[in-house]
Amino acid sequence: MFAYVVRRLFNVVITLLVVTMVTFGVFFLVPKLTGSDPALLYVGKTADAAALDGIRTKLGLDDPIYVQYGKFLQGLVVGRDYDAGPDTTHCAAPCFGYSFKTDQEVWPYLIDRLPVTLSLALGAAILWVIGGVGAGVISALRKGRAADRIVMTTALAGVSLPIYFTGLVSAAIFCYWLGWLPPPGYVDFAVNPLEWATNLLLPWITLAFLFAATYARLTRANMLETLSEDYIRTARAKGLRERDVVGKHGLRSGLTPLITVFGLDLGSLLGGAILTETTFNLRGLGEATLTSIRQNDLPIILGVTLFAAFFIVIANLVVDLLYAAVDPRVRLS
Amino acid sequence: MSTPLLEVTGLQKHFPITAGLLRRQVAAVRAVDGIDLTVNKGETLGLVGESGCGKSTAGRLITRILEPTGGTVTFDGQDITHIKRGPLRDLRRDVQMIFQDPYSSLNPRHTVGTIVSAPLQIQKIPTPQGLKKAVQELLELVGLNPEHYNRYPHEFSGGQRQRIGIARALALKPKMIVADEPVSALDVSIQAQVVNLLDDLQRELDLTYLFIAHDLSVVRHISDRVAVMYLGKVVEVAPRDDLYAHPRHPYTVALMSAVPVPDPSRRDKAQRERVLLTGDVPSPIDPPSGCRFRTRCWKAQDVCASEQPPLTVLADGHQVACHFPVSDEEQHAAGSGRSAAAAQARDKIATVVADPE
Amino acid sequence: MTTSVPVTELGPADLSPPKSFLEVRDLRVQFATDDGIVKSVDGVSFGLERGKTLGIVGESGSGKSVTSLAILGLHRTRSNAKVSGEIWLDGEELIKADNERVRRLRGRKMSMIFQDPLSAMHPYFTIGQQIVEAYRIHHGGSKKAAKQKAIDMLARVGIPQPSRRVDDYPHQFSGGMRQRAMIAMSLINNPELLIADEPTTALDVTVQAQILDLIRDLQEEFGSAVIMITHDLGVVAELADDILVMYGGKAIERGPAEAVFRTPEHPYTWGLLGSMPRLDREVRDRLNPIKGTPPSLINLPSGCSFHPRCPYAGRNGDRSFTERPELTGTTHAVACHMPPELRREIFIQEVSPNL
Ligand SMILES: Nc1ncnc2c1ncn2[C@@H]1O[C@H](COP(=O)(O)OP(=O)(O)OP(=O)(O)O)[C@@H](O)[C@H]1O
Ligand SMILES: Nc1ncnc2c1ncn2[C@@H]1O[C@H](COP(=O)(O)OP(=O)(O)O)[C@@H](O)[C@H]1O
Ligand code: SF4
Ligand code: SF4
Ligand SMILES: [Mg+2]
Ligand SMILES: [Mg+2]
Repeated sequence: MFAYVVRRLFNVVITLLVVTMVTFGVFFLVPKLTGSDPALLYVGKTADAAALDGIRTKLGLDDPIYVQYGKFLQGLVVGRDYDAGPDTTHCAAPCFGYSFKTDQEVWPYLIDRLPVTLSLALGAAILWVIGGVGAGVISALRKGRAADRIVMTTALAGVSLPIYFTGLVSAAIFCYWLGWLPPPGYVDFAVNPLEWATNLLLPWITLAFLFAATYARLTRANMLETLSEDYIRTARAKGLRERDVVGKHGLRSGLTPLITVFGLDLGSLLGGAILTETTFNLRGLGEATLTSIRQNDLPIILGVTLFAAFFIVIANLVVDLLYAAVDPRVRLS
Repeated sequence: MSTPLLEVTGLQKHFPITAGLLRRQVAAVRAVDGIDLTVNKGETLGLVGESGCGKSTAGRLITRILEPTGGTVTFDGQDITHIKRGPLRDLRRDVQMIFQDPYSSLNPRHTVGTIVSAPLQIQKIPTPQGLKKAVQELLELVGLNPEHYNRYPHEFSGGQRQRIGIARALALKPKMIVADEPVSALDVSIQAQVVNLLDDLQRELDLTYLFIAHDLSVVRHISDRVAVMYLGKVVEVAPRDDLYAHPRHPYTVALMSAVPVPDPSRRDKAQRERVLLTGDVPSPIDPPSGCRFRTRCWKAQDVCASEQPPLTVLADGHQVACHFPVSDEEQHAAGSGRSAAAAQARDKIATVVADPE
Repeated sequence: MTTSVPVTELGPADLSPPKSFLEVRDLRVQFATDDGIVKSVDGVSFGLERGKTLGIVGESGSGKSVTSLAILGLHRTRSNAKVSGEIWLDGEELIKADNERVRRLRGRKMSMIFQDPLSAMHPYFTIGQQIVEAYRIHHGGSKKAAKQKAIDMLARVGIPQPSRRVDDYPHQFSGGMRQRAMIAMSLINNPELLIADEPTTALDVTVQAQILDLIRDLQEEFGSAVIMITHDLGVVAELADDILVMYGGKAIERGPAEAVFRTPEHPYTWGLLGSMPRLDREVRDRLNPIKGTPPSLINLPSGCSFHPRCPYAGRNGDRSFTERPELTGTTHAVACHMPPELRREIFIQEVSPNL
């Protein structure tokens, strides 16, 4: 078990290293090949040759790619000094560098946005697990009847409607037309918990609807499969009440496969819910991703990619540990 | 009749088990752990034993689907133990395998025609009258309608699927067929059809069979000689009638007496004479020292724990791996079959059940 | 040796109260599927006394399991099955009884052992938890007391070190031990009727011998009625007092075990016996299989459903093709149009020498 976790954590580090390498390669090498100049991105079109040179030396853009990558890693782990003659800037670990566009340090910039994404993802996750799994179980138990049809039709709508459509339409209805909800936005939880919740309610629901639909379908399929297992028949043959057959024997194994899906979904959402955030104008990691890509802001792109990868890899590990805790047949080795 | 077609000596297959940070090999499943077998031209050698004793693994080693860990396999005078890709393809022409599960061993997306003709195409065998004709002849040979050429496996019953598998195995006109539980998944009435078919084909095509099964009655019906396996080892080999009439290894005795006889009037006698084994087959990861059967053997003595009994030829021609083979007197002790052995076995049960492990 | 209920007294028209401990009358189970109606059990009747064993034999798909599940009332929940007929258990009719009543009997008065003990036990609960649950559903009481009972029962069925193994999960047991645990679970409430559905099919012969021995001992000890379902004629011969042979959802022969094995009267039973190689006979040159394959239960052949495979179908004019033979006879009953004398003659002349 311990050896397993250590080995997995080691894998996490390796995976993240590979991710940085690839991202670094793609975003720093491609401009080189296409002949565009990152320094130009940094100082803007109007810069003169001297300023450009200054930037190049300061950022080390003239160094070979592996030196740049090495310095980048060094920055991540122990921090890094950018020095161009007299003006030396120290960037503390973990240093992702500075935004090309705003000159801001990347790490604080991302950390600043993390609570938004975190609030959005966790809130929505709670809603969709309760809603989706609940609907799925009901649907499985009422297979072929009206409740099943309603759930499955709704789920189909949920899966097929894009989030900017449901998001914008519901915002138009509930915030502007009916005026029941404040316009979506982010208020810090510490500042005003109530507003935090009401402001995020619509994004939560919209995002949760999308996932709940998938979860309802998955749950239904898993439950139906479980309920046809031999051990469920055994439970009935013991004389167990149907309530307990489903509640005690059915749910536990019917819902276990969802752990994997949930872990990965949450993991990737924590890296930024791009569509939801942009639809509702939330300034989270997803929005940062989009903006940085649009502006070719390489340090930020690297930062968000690494964040996203980190969450997914960790979610994966947590899923596997959880699985072993739930299913005694799974041995961690 | 007695020129060996296949000779196996000291054959081993160990599947590694890894663990720890560096996934070092910490142990091995000794699925097949040094077996000697000979199969003569034109004969059927039955290979019996309980689940997990290594029958299938042995079959896969002989057909070289698996790479042996040790020992040698000689087919038709040629050492094929570590044969390379190219010659292996030639070997496939001569040795074919039939599998247990008629459902999973056929690709559901291929037609019967494609399935049966695949070996011909892979081996680029010329078919003078055309591929389709060749396949249809094969289908007819195994008792299927040649018009089934374009049908899919799911349209057939278990017995028919097994026939398709046999047709595929026969496509290359092999000298030898390794049949791994070919009738175990079939109903009794269908099982008999397939057994008869295998019988007929052997006569017509002069085939040699290695017939793997756990059903002792079927093996007795079809085999000329029978080898009994226990936990990765061959414990007894003898001509069919000798083996069934005078089993020499205690395990063979127990195995035979455990088979339920479809005759209610002999029920009490059968039960009285039954040698009931206790406990389960030990793990092939850490088999018992000395004789592997000693943990369940009612004749076990100290030497059994320390010395591994080699497979030796007894005076009556049985090859037996046991320090104390069962004698005829023991077998017919007290005039009522194996009751002496049975009584001993029952005493043994009492002690084993009382004993904590 | 035989059950006391003469066969002719059972049937749909019979309104007399049951005489046996278990009486099944004209049981029918049909499933509505996309392909049509599957008549899995089609008019099966039999009786069974306490302390006796009935063996139900038949090839796969002949309706054995469906019959046993019907007795336990397991087609009631979440099933597309339609069940009709009468099942009398100890004077109480079960098909018309309400769900709650049947549930209370299940696992207590009647219980079941399933074929594949690995898939029949919940992988996430320990053996002990599952047995404890079976006990407490019907008896309540503390978990601790129930666990002690479970340990005792595991010891009784021959699990070594039961107090330690009780906390193991099913996958940590070997096949034979799992089946023992399954037996312990089904016997924990002292059931009066025990149905074993292919209890040894997934096991090796040496383990099978242990399990059959165990079931026999336990039956003597507890005096339960046992239904032993199997496709292995050897297994029924070991245990059964009476035998019921099923084909295509119908009972085609029924009688005392001795009679069914010594003087079988139905051509299908002959076929089954002829198909089997036997250790207690000289080796035959060839087996005598039944030609063709078992019928589809959606589209059963007309008349006698065995007629496409029966070598004697032509001996009754066209009756075999048009008219369904009823199960007739007293102790030894057979569903075949051939007159009994002819059947006996054929058996002695043609069939018996080849067995
Ligand atoms: N690929 C593998 N990796 C590890 N162990 C294996 C592998 N294949 C087989 N084994 C083990 O080797 C042993 C022998 O397996 P094998 O399949 O040969 O048994 P068998 O005699 O054919 O049994 P059965 O009657 O159930 O088919 C078993 O303990 C099995 O678990
Ligand atoms: N839930 C079900 N729906 C449709 N058909 C079923 C169902 N359960 C069993 N059957 C069919 O009933 C027939 C008898 O099945 P079963 O009693 O399980 O056979 P066996 O004699 O092998 O135990 C088979 O044809 C099977 O396919
Ligand atoms: S060697 Fe000893 S333990 Fe092994 S089978 Fe012979 S008597 Fe039994
Ligand atoms: S009724 Fe006719 S077809 Fe059916 S078993 Fe008897 S002889 Fe054969
Ligand atoms: Mg095998
Ligand atoms: Mg069944």
